[in-house]
Parts: sequence; structure tokens; C-alpha cells
Amino acid sequence: MRIALAATCIADAMFPQAPRAVVTLLERLGHEVVFPPAQACCGQMHVNTGYLADAVPVVRNHVRTFAPVADGEWDAVVVPSGSCTGSIRHQQRMVLERAGLDQEARAATAVAERTYELSELLVDVLGVTDVGAWFPHRVTYHPTCHSLRMLGVGDKPERLLRAVDGLELVPLEQAEGCCGFGGTFSLKNADTSAAMLQDKVGHVVGTGAEVLTAGDWSCLMHIGGGLSRGGTGVRPMHLAEILVSTREAPVVPGERQEVAR
Amino acid sequence: MSTFLGMPAARGGSAPDAAAPDTLAGVGRPDDPLHWGASFPDAARTALANQQLRRNLGNATSTIRAKRARVVGEVPDWEELRDAGSALKADVLARLPELLEQLERNVTARGGVVHWARDAAEANRIVADLVRAKGTDEVVKVKSMATQEIGLNEALAEDGIAAVETDLAELIVQLADDMPSHILVPAIHRNRTEIRDIFLERMGDAPPDLTDVPRELAMAARAHLRRKFLSAKVAISGANFAVADTGTLAVVESEGNGRMCLTLPETLITVMGIEKLVPTFDDLEVFLQLLPRSSTGERMNPYTSMWTGVTPGDGPQEFHLVLLDNGRTTVLADEAGRSALHCIRCSACLNVCPVYERVGGHAYGSVYPGPIGAILTPQLTGEKSDLPYASTLCGACYEVCPVKIDIPSILVELRAREVELGGAAPDTSDRVWQAAMKAASFAMADGDRFRRAARVPRVLRAISRHGVIRRLPFPGSLWTRSRDLPEPPRQTFHDWWERRARQARQEDER
Repeated sequence: MRIALAATCIADAMFPQAPRAVVTLLERLGHEVVFPPAQACCGQMHVNTGYLADAVPVVRNHVRTFAPVADGEWDAVVVPSGSCTGSIRHQQRMVLERAGLDQEARAATAVAERTYELSELLVDVLGVTDVGAWFPHRVTYHPTCHSLRMLGVGDKPERLLRAVDGLELVPLEQAEGCCGFGGTFSLKNADTSAAMLQDKVGHVVGTGAEVLTAGDWSCLMHIGGGLSRGGTGVRPMHLAEILVSTREAPVVPGERQEVAR
Repeated sequence: MSTFLGMPAARGGSAPDAAAPDTLAGVGRPDDPLHWGASFPDAARTALANQQLRRNLGNATSTIRAKRARVVGEVPDWEELRDAGSALKADVLARLPELLEQLERNVTARGGVVHWARDAAEANRIVADLVRAKGTDEVVKVKSMATQEIGLNEALAEDGIAAVETDLAELIVQLADDMPSHILVPAIHRNRTEIRDIFLERMGDAPPDLTDVPRELAMAARAHLRRKFLSAKVAISGANFAVADTGTLAVVESEGNGRMCLTLPETLITVMGIEKLVPTFDDLEVFLQLLPRSSTGERMNPYTSMWTGVTPGDGPQEFHLVLLDNGRTTVLADEAGRSALHCIRCSACLNVCPVYERVGGHAYGSVYPGPIGAILTPQLTGEKSDLPYASTLCGACYEVCPVKIDIPSILVELRAREVELGGAAPDTSDRVWQAAMKAASFAMADGDRFRRAARVPRVLRAISRHGVIRRLPFPGSLWTRSRDLPEPPRQTFHDWWERRARQARQEDER
């Protein structure tokens, strides 16, 4: 398949190891990955903070960039984030419709219909759960609210993780509870956000896992920030970063796969 | 509707002096029950610092969450029931004027009197006049959100009428000069030692050797209230449902105290929000399944009282129904927000909300707290509000709502409205956010601009130690106060991809 990658703004700027892992993983599985360079952001932050007018140019850019998928130039768009996929699927059309951009709203729907979160793409579209990964570590999985409730990815990420050779998946207590990130909520209601984070960090530490994984770097940045502040030693890693790890090219937790310029 | 969830013990068990007397005083009774207290972030900060409160809330919400999940899980057609409940409420809202008039005709035909109240002041005036006409200065009350919303007790007090709350938890709240902190369990923020102390200090006729054993507390309240039931000439209630095609009113509760109020006094006055209608008697079937399982986690509601007008020789011989608007028609006129009026006040959304669970109800500064309060309160008042932001949009509320109110989507709509209001009359915070969002919009609407902007965080590498940044100046400090920020990468993904593509091209050329 020819798959277009929407890297997400936060991973592009802060956690490029996740989209890099998606590229390597999909190529390993025999697919071609395309990165349309005109992409920037899906608009979720603007929408969820209520800045719908400011979201319009951001959403338009996303839709325009990925519109070729509707014409068959690519077979699918993959996003290594549950919440960005959710925004693409459930918010972009609304934003454009409210701005009176009906034609672009239709284009947004066509793009959204062919856009998948990583675990959805792997399990539902590509039909694989065993991606040939090797990751000999104790891992716990946080299901992130938007993956869980907005997309309904169910146990797809866990099925992928269970198929990883050497990986020990340990259950997370109150896994479905929000970590308290909520985008700008973490700034507007910093104290409440921190209280939620504290509980999530406690549950993660309670698993004895070496690695915390999720399908979304925004939540991982939040929980990871708490894990780091608490000096817990638990490493946050995106699902893709685990799935890309093999015996030949192992990924070591906590070791940033930097690419020097 | 109210229920007994068990009262959490105070830390240190039942030692008689566990709660100091100064902790008994509640938050006081505000002038506006829909808008009081500090801003949400400030009130939340205060609440979060109260360890006892967090324990009380954590215990109570997790207990009822588990109960609800159990009894909802055993209903095979739960999703169909939710769809039916949602469809019925949508139908009611679509034909509200017609159904309200039908209700009025049927209540009147059965000997009741219907009053229409535009707002809180009008409703309070109608009720006070009715009570005064009966020549009494004490009334008993069934737990009711509508009368909390309009501040009826305070309005009656100004007219020299004492309103006695008879729901156990509402009684606790009233005695402590407090506000409810939960729709269903108004005293959820209190533990049993505090309740014992409130009873001893404020009830007047509590046994002096009262302990904090729940049964003893309930017995003390029972004896106190029994005297009130037997002497009251007028009762005031809210309503869970009103059936348009029969004129029947329904109150569902768990204690039987509501039943006492609804049957013993000579006169009954019911204050009901106009959205509480159902079209036909059969429709109650849907809601009487949805409500108890969602709210108290019970399969069937313990006390379901229904009455239709006046029945000679049985129950109150005079019945008044006050239909309350108080902002509801404004909510109805709003296509995006109107489904908030589907709410049947079950409070399932409060119990699953990770924000409510930690900060409690008072932080919301409204008698309607939690996720439903965050969408209902600002719509009813029409004022600028920080409540739409009091959520991470995690979606747990939508998942449990028995009438499928898409609370997260409405929160986003209301945030958009806040931004519009903030644009019209911006304060400093509005200006900062506006500027930040404008700048981000510019940077994120174009691939080249974004590619350059995405390199900016790299400057923070200068202050990172061991791969993390522990301290940033404001506003970054809002983040770093409780979390680290990982060191930004040397190379963005955009740059990595371009370099990779360039190398691939060069290899092709060779």
C-alpha cells in the first residue's frame, strides 16, 4: 500500500522518533510511506480551546494537504495519535461547515474516511497484529481517552503489544481514567490537571513496568513529565517506537534515537 | 432523587472529636445559586488542598461508579434504551409548547392549578404567595434541584416562612448553611463524623449521646423529620417527570421522605423545569429503567410517587404546579446546546468525571456541578464562564449519559462562545490567549512556516539537564510546576524526512 503519514505537529517538533518509527515499521511491512511536506497540524488545539475561526486555516491546510488520498493517490493516511485522528474524524468538517466552506467540508469528510490511527491501520486495514517486533521489557499501556472513547480502538493496541516477542504487558490500574492532560486544560486548570497526573503516575509506578506506552505523544508527554519529575525511572514510549524494535535494530528505552544534523 | 450511599468515615475512625466545630460551617447560601464563589481554577485549587474532601469524594464516586457499571452491564438492551430516552427528549423539546399546554389542560381538568414562571423571582413569588395564603410559616420540602436553582428557601425565609428539607442529605446541607455539592448526593463532601457534629450542633433535637454510626444518624434525622411531616400543612416538591397526556407528576426517591411530603400535607406545590415533560404515560417505562440504574446503581427505584391533580379524600386536597423557565427557552433556542435539556439529573456524569472526582461540586459555583453543570450553568445564565474549560474532554460523561448528551461536543461549542464573548470584551487573560492562538494559527496553516516554527523549541536544549527541562518562566511554569518537559530533539521530523529524501535522491543519481 501507499500510505501517507500525518506526523502530527507535536511529534514533528518534539517527538520525531514516533513518526520515524511509523515510517520504518510500515516500510518493514512492505508498504510505501509518503510524507506530504505541506502538512502542519490538524487544528485540534484551536478547536478544543474554542478558537474555531483560528482553526479554519489550520484545518484547511490539513485537508488540502491530504486531499489526494480521496483521489486514490494514496491508499490511506496514518496518524500516530488517537486524539488527532479523532479531531480529523469528528471536528474538521464541523469547523469548515461553520465557516461556510461546504465544498472543503466535503473534502474533509473524504479525507477523514481514509484516515486511520496507527493501531487501526495495522489491525483493521493491513490485517496484522504480529509485526515481527522484539522488545524484551516490562510494559504497561495507557489507553488514552480519545483512542478509547472517541475512536473506539478497543484492544487493538494491546493485541499488537501482546504479539511483540519478549514483551511483558502488565495491566494498568484505572487505565481508562484520564491522565489530566486535556491540551490547554493542563495550563488553564493546572492544579486539577496535576492532581489527575499524580494519580496516573502512582498507578503506572504501581505496575513495576519499565516502559509506559500509549498511542498518543501528547498524553505521553504529560504522564512522562510526571514520571520524570517523580524520578520514577519509567520511560514513556509511543506504541510505534515499541513495534519498530527488532532483534536486528533494537530500541532501548530511554535512549533517544537522535539523528544529528 | 436521592440515595443512601453509606457515609465515609473520617480519618481516625469514629473518635468523637475528629471534626473540629469550625469545619462544620458550610459555604453559606449565595445570592445566585447558579453563579457563586471563586473562579473554577481557584476554587478547584482550594478543594484539592483538602485531603479529607478528596478522600470522601474518591470513596463515594468510586463506590457508585462500580454499582452503576454492574447494573447497567446486566441490561442487554441498554444502548437501545439510551437511544429511546434521547429520542423521547428530542421529541419533547421539538414540541414543547404544545406538550406544556396539554399538560396544563390535563392538570387543570384533574383539579390542579398551573402557574407559569418566567424566572426565579417569579417562581419564588408565586410559591411564597401560595404558602402565605395557607396561613402557615413552615413547609416541608422534597429534594428538588429546581428549587435549589431558584434559591426558594432563601426567598421564603425573607417572607418569614421556614422551609424544612426532608431529604437526609439536603437536611445535612441545610443545617450546615451549606450548598449541595452533587446533584444526587448533595452532602457527598461530608463524612459521617462531620454529619454527627452538624446534627448535634444544629438540629435542636438530636440525642446528646449521638455517635457517627450511620443507623443512629438516620434514626436521629427520622425522629426530627417525623415531627415536621405530621405538623406541616404545605409541602413543596420538584418533579422528575410530568406526563403531558395524563397530567401525572412523578417524583422518584430512595428514602420515603418524599412520599411523606407528597401525601401528608393538605397542600402540595410542585416547582418543575419545563423540560421535565414526557409525552405519554408509557414513556415513563424508558426513564424509570434508565434513571435508577444510572443514578443510584439500583435496578428499580425504591419510592416512585405519582399523582394526577387532586384525588378527593386521598392526599393533598390542593395541588399547584409551577412551570419554571428560568433560561430554559434560551437554551432550547440554541441548536448546539439544547440537548443539555435532555438531562434527567441522574448525575452519572459527575460520578465518572475525573475532574469532579477530585475537586467536588462546590468548585463549580453552581447548584449544577460536574460535566452537566459545566454545559447547563453557562447556558442558563448566559454569562461569561470558565466552566466550559473545566474538563479534559475525556468523554467519560458522554459514555455513561442515559440520554446520550454529547457533553464534550457541547463543551467545545461553549468554549467557542466564550472565545466570542472574550473577543467582545477581552480581559488580560483573553488577550494573551487570543495572541497565542493567532500566532499558532499562522504558524500551523502552512507547511513551510510550520517547518521553521517546529525548530524553535530546540533553543530550550540550552537549559535542559540530563534530557529534561525542569523549570520554565511563565507561562511555561504552569507546565513545569508539576511536570518536566523533555528536551526538544535536534532535528524535527520534517527536517529528518527531507534529509532522508535528499540522500535517497543522491544515491539514485550515483
